[in-house]
Amino acid sequence: MQGAIDSTPVVTGHEVAAHEEHQDLRVLGLITFLASEFLMFAGFFAVFLVFRGSHVQWPPEETEVELLLPAVNTLILVSSSWVINLGTKAIKKNDLAGMRKWFGITAAMGAIFLAGQVYEYMNLGYGLKTNLFSNCFYLTTGFHGAHVFIGLLLILGVLWRSRRANHYTDITHTGPEMAEIYWHFVDVVWIVLFSLIYLLTLI
Amino acid sequence: MAQADVSIKPTELQGGHGHPDKWKWYDYFTFNVDHKVIGIQYLVTSFLFYLVGGFMAVLMRTELATPNSDFLSPELYNAFLTNHGTIMIFLWIVPAAIGGFGNYLIPLMIGARDMAFPKLNAIAFWLNPPAGAVLAASFFLGGGAQSGWTSYPPLSEITANLPQTLWCVALIMVGTSSILGSVNFLVTIWKMRVPSMAWDQMPLFCWAMVATSVLALFATPVLAAAMVLLLFDINFGTSFFKPDAGGNVVVYQHLFWFYSHPAVYLMILPIFGIMSEVIPVHARKPIFGYKAIAYSSLTICLVGLFVWVHHMFTSGTAPWMRIFFTISTLIVAVPTGIKIFSWVATLWGGKIRYTTAMLFAVGLLSMFVFGGLSGVTLGAAPFDIHVHDTYYVVGHFHYVLYGGSVFGIYSGIYHWFPKITGRMLNETLGKVHFVLTFIGTILTFTPMHNLGMQGMPRRVAMYDPQFAHLNQLVTVGAYILAVSVIPFYFNVIWSWMKGKEAGPNPWNAMTMEWTTDSPPIIENWEVLPVLTHGPYAYGMERADEVGPAGEPLPTSRP
Repeated sequence: MQGAIDSTPVVTGHEVAAHEEHQDLRVLGLITFLASEFLMFAGFFAVFLVFRGSHVQWPPEETEVELLLPAVNTLILVSSSWVINLGTKAIKKNDLAGMRKWFGITAAMGAIFLAGQVYEYMNLGYGLKTNLFSNCFYLTTGFHGAHVFIGLLLILGVLWRSRRANHYTDITHTGPEMAEIYWHFVDVVWIVLFSLIYLLTLI
Repeated sequence: MAQADVSIKPTELQGGHGHPDKWKWYDYFTFNVDHKVIGIQYLVTSFLFYLVGGFMAVLMRTELATPNSDFLSPELYNAFLTNHGTIMIFLWIVPAAIGGFGNYLIPLMIGARDMAFPKLNAIAFWLNPPAGAVLAASFFLGGGAQSGWTSYPPLSEITANLPQTLWCVALIMVGTSSILGSVNFLVTIWKMRVPSMAWDQMPLFCWAMVATSVLALFATPVLAAAMVLLLFDINFGTSFFKPDAGGNVVVYQHLFWFYSHPAVYLMILPIFGIMSEVIPVHARKPIFGYKAIAYSSLTICLVGLFVWVHHMFTSGTAPWMRIFFTISTLIVAVPTGIKIFSWVATLWGGKIRYTTAMLFAVGLLSMFVFGGLSGVTLGAAPFDIHVHDTYYVVGHFHYVLYGGSVFGIYSGIYHWFPKITGRMLNETLGKVHFVLTFIGTILTFTPMHNLGMQGMPRRVAMYDPQFAHLNQLVTVGAYILAVSVIPFYFNVIWSWMKGKEAGPNPWNAMTMEWTTDSPPIIENWEVLPVLTHGPYAYGMERADEVGPAGEPLPTSRP
């Protein structure tokens, strides 16, 4: 791997500058977009809170929220945010193998999270249409799950592209960086979601 | 720094030096990443949708010429009023003012070769025509959505389910387009200004676009959330907005207006930007109060996010909320007033050139003051409760949207057409267009206020015969407006082919877009310009001399 890097043509200063400039902008664009995306979830959360506040019994009696599995899932997703960070740290030190290892672990953790979510859906005593709580439950967790899935695709995309020699180096690592930012976003949304929809039922 | 970020790769261009002189006509029908092509695509498609929406309005006014329902079926009338509003807002004013002028002008004004994300930009545009096609399809698959552009449940959930679903899909598409566009504008203005241009040397149009983009970024996703919930209610058996199953219709109104009130600022802030460009050029004077105008845009953006409940004073809103939102609504009049007074002060003592662009700008000033004042009256809860859902509201928002946004778009077209096409528009035809538009606007939208005060409800195909005379006046006005677009469209098409050559700077304007050829070459400049003077340094030494070279001149800032 090291040899492959050495054999690449010399990158001129101008090209490096151009590339770095572009990198910054793409990361900035993603963050701006995610700020907007977060507001969509905020809309869903606001609706949930209004319903919670305006109903005496919330969630309704027959609707039991399962807590153990989602709690384990939360642990997995939150720690995966730390794992993916190790991956980008590795590529910033030009450690491609390290990046691939940590990104692979993150992808596996994301897949376990999604599988856990699907397992939870299949074993709950209520469906999307059962009542207002279940409407909110499936809509928000489903939308979040879709975002986890997109994040997973991004990570897999980074892994796929990293097969090409020198695609990601200590200078050019916008792809992994963006995947990481997106993954953190998915994580933060989940923490809010978990607090609102799961933990608040304990109170 | 910024000019290193050339976003069009040389390999994507044909011809010598990788620089073809200009795009061919068919390039405008393809997925093209040049910001100028995208700007023209936005403008041309939105002007086509303007005709569609206007045609619906004319048919509705024909129906309303008599108190009875004798021209359109009530269902068709409902479908027209729903889609007239939707098309005029989401496929005409928003894409023309933001997508069209924003994409075309921002890189040229800040000395960039393209937007920050050209491909994203093209994707954002290409979401618009399919959205229009989806709306058109909704007419053939069940007669069009019936519940008004606000689509309040329960009406939107019990009428015309398939068309309503398509309507939601179309709105999600244009909303996504708007968000992607805003990301692009913000990053471009933030990072891609020519190195010599500081924030307070930017043309005011760019400031307006910053405010617009922030608003679109924070408000549009909430509309998307509302659309998703409505889609689920209609198609997947959820009950978010079904009161009989514990849902709440007012929640929809909150989500909807959290977007749709800022949306009116989305439609007017870019227009304020156009005003701030057109007035100094044609009054030959530095803009009065550069910073006041720039910061008042940001203030409108900020305060505008906290006024939405004034659309819901009659929705069982709690008294404390009525008071809070009355106050916040009236506060918006302050930054708006700052702008109006700054423009008047700019005109004061200027060497005014009565070009068509200037006529529309001054026309806008008077129209917008009128529409703004009726807006202040509507913002006050005690008055609003009486005229809510009457023609007074229709009169008010048409005054600000037609007398404001549409006048502004016209003004911008007359001003930048020479830059966009390299040819001048015919001024005589332009003045005919202006006079017809001005008279038509007053005749159409002023009597609506009287009708509303007398109690005529909006969104009805039939009305009490006592309202007939004023309604006939409105209908005549609407016909005049319909006629008024004929000289304009003719002028644009004819001048685009045969108009007088414009040269790079026909107005002797000082902003950066006038330092390049008309139309600008691909990638905008051979060598990026250096900022030598502020954007509005009129009447000062060497004011008429605009070029990339030269010593720094005094800026317009006081």
